[in-house]
Amino acid sequence: MSNDVPSDLKYTKSHEWVRIDDDGVVTIGITDHAQELLGDLVFVELPEVGSQLAAGTECAVVESVKAASDVYTPLSGEVVEVNDALAEAPETINQEAYEGGWIFRLRLSDPQELDALMDADTYAEHAESDEH
Amino acid sequence: MDRKTVLNQTHRDMGARMVPFGGWDMPVNYGSQIEEHHAVRRDAGMFDVCHMTVVDLRGPRVREFLRHLLANDVDKLKTAGKALYSCMLKPDGGVIDDLIVYFLTEDWFRMVVNAATTDKDLAWIGGEAEAFDVAVEARFDTGMIAVQGPQARARAEPLLPSELRAAAMALKPFSAAYAGDWFAGRTGYTGEDGFEIMLPEAETPALWRALAAAGVQPCGLGARDTLRLEAGMNLYGSDMDESLTPLESGLAWTVALEPAERDFIGRTALEKQKAAGGVAVFTGLVLEGKGVLRGHQKVFDGDREVGEITSGGFSPTLERSIAMARVAADAGDALEVDIRGKRLPLRRVKMPFVRNGKPCIDL
Repeated sequence: MSNDVPSDLKYTKSHEWVRIDDDGVVTIGITDHAQELLGDLVFVELPEVGSQLAAGTECAVVESVKAASDVYTPLSGEVVEVNDALAEAPETINQEAYEGGWIFRLRLSDPQELDALMDADTYAEHAESDEH
Repeated sequence: MDRKTVLNQTHRDMGARMVPFGGWDMPVNYGSQIEEHHAVRRDAGMFDVCHMTVVDLRGPRVREFLRHLLANDVDKLKTAGKALYSCMLKPDGGVIDDLIVYFLTEDWFRMVVNAATTDKDLAWIGGEAEAFDVAVEARFDTGMIAVQGPQARARAEPLLPSELRAAAMALKPFSAAYAGDWFAGRTGYTGEDGFEIMLPEAETPALWRALAAAGVQPCGLGARDTLRLEAGMNLYGSDMDESLTPLESGLAWTVALEPAERDFIGRTALEKQKAAGGVAVFTGLVLEGKGVLRGHQKVFDGDREVGEITSGGFSPTLERSIAMARVAADAGDALEVDIRGKRLPLRRVKMPFVRNGKPCIDL
């Protein structure tokens, strides 16, 4: 099974992607591989705008027809925007995980944490070995 | 190593996502579970149910045996081919399994039992059958495909053997016909019309491919679960098990306490439970608002925990989350569920949620 892994993004072991935007803010979502494992998404619980998150903590929940899964923030910071459109159309994550399916935007409090993320090639290998 | 049905390679060839399920390697979906669900409600879909076990029971005293073994009464079956849904109970009333039994001739009945319970079922049935000289034969040589949906029978018709075709198309709901090694029951687990077709294992992959070519959507276990949930049909292991009786599992309608002289296994325990009163109630629930109900979430009436969800999920037909739950007999109508520490309002509804493509509840 091969999934889309854009080369301009950073990734986590727990299948989140991170885009570093021009304004020093990052956009975070779940990968194409993650959405495929989950199946059709039916509900997304978003973090609250203004909340402070510590790297590695649960901050959102994506629920598919199969199960509920936590989304972890790989980075620390303040939530500056959430993708409200997912409330009405959670299936956007299935259709376009890296574009319309973004989940939240974070203003980083410790940009050095970015160094711990995986690049696309490393993540693609990780996702491959994760297949059962 | 998970067991494989005779359709395993066919599923892989046709692009299914496979998952371990109760010791079997089964398709969970063929892409989109929701699209598969809608195909069954609106047209036709099919399911690999080869992992379930067909059990033939033969002997002159087989009817008498089944009146002893099962909580429902096979004396309701007067016409050859008629089917009955029943629980098989332990003496303490706990549910060993739920099953369908078909009356074929006075010395031949056929049962279909769940996959995960097959070993214990066969041991139990075999032990009880001895006293009645009934021969119990598990037909592991038989494949089974469920074809379900408003167009299911029409699409399957040309693919049935010619000697079975007319009899199968003439079937009334919940009855079966057979010819040679092929058997067609107008039964299912989706709340839609359709057939469950049993046939020799070796011929099963060809039927699957022919049905797909005839426009029947291959479906995985994911859609099977949301369809049966919408149809208000219990799932063994989730909604009831050996620690629960049919009376507290929404299955009192399958227990035949009349005639009073029929002494079936579990009868005394059920009578005692009924007489004691306060038996937990099985109810349908709809989540008001957004979120997804799941098994084991706790249900509250005010501050009091009154029960838990046994099966829950997202209903593709209703586009709402629905569930089955076991709650205290005195629980009120204004219930709430705890989802990740938040209380969300529920509405109690009468099941089924959906039948024959149509919602049965107000939204």
